[in-house]
Amino acid sequence: MVEDSGTKSGEVGRNLAHAAQGEAAHLQDPVYLEELRRQLQRFAVLQLGDADLAEDAVQEALLGALKSARSFNGRAALKTWVFAILKNKIADLLRARGRQPDAQSLLSSDEEHRDLDELFNARGHWRRDERPAHWEDPESAVHDRHFWRVFEACLDRLPGQQARLFMMREFIELETPEICAAAEISVSNLNVTLHRARMRLRECLENNWFQAGEAREES
Amino acid sequence: MKNCREITRLLSEAQERELSLSERMGLRMHLAMCRGCRNFAEQMATLRKICRAYARRDEGNSGRE
Ligand SMILES: [Zn+2]
Repeated sequence: MVEDSGTKSGEVGRNLAHAAQGEAAHLQDPVYLEELRRQLQRFAVLQLGDADLAEDAVQEALLGALKSARSFNGRAALKTWVFAILKNKIADLLRARGRQPDAQSLLSSDEEHRDLDELFNARGHWRRDERPAHWEDPESAVHDRHFWRVFEACLDRLPGQQARLFMMREFIELETPEICAAAEISVSNLNVTLHRARMRLRECLENNWFQAGEAREES
Repeated sequence: MKNCREITRLLSEAQERELSLSERMGLRMHLAMCRGCRNFAEQMATLRKICRAYARRDEGNSGRE
């Protein structure tokens, strides 16, 4: 970025000042901030089931992060930090409401095992009627508001822990080590949970959108 | 030889990490003869695109066309 402009000491100083500002520059980038806010909003709404509560939580998380803007070394660090704040707020709100997220995820683990057994036979091959089909024209689905309604309904059907981890990964775009740290789980635990979430989601989307109402030829 | 259940797990993990050479070879062999898993593999990529589009969608547009 900083090029030839001669390395006189005055200019070096100015460049350093620039670089220091650059660290927090993404916090002043309205386009980036808005995109981040949207991602966080999706996550919070789906966790809390309440758009107003979610908006407040996201707002507070972003403000909290802006206060410590200096300590970030890039967008990934900022995102992780904002998300950590948001996650704590959501946990507080859920607790205050008396919902026990952990109990919920314990309940679901039995159910999850049964799930996969329904999809595969004893040798681990797809059962005939569970075999994934070809999805026609997924590009146009994302421009259809009816599709998004189906998508949200499918997300809603995921067990709590699956939904949480899946959204951390796919909406907030956190990487494995960040999610494992935030959720206090092992990598293999995360992998198993994401696998199940994806199995469920793809099945739900296929049944309710990509194949809904179409008697498709099964060659 | 991996079965479909194991293959779907690998395909899911491929969304988080780069697979090893032997994993990729096992995958390729299975996909060559299993249409269900081929479709599943495509759907993993599609699902990611859908999620990115969803998270970035403008809230204000969600009620409109
Ligand atoms: Zn297969």
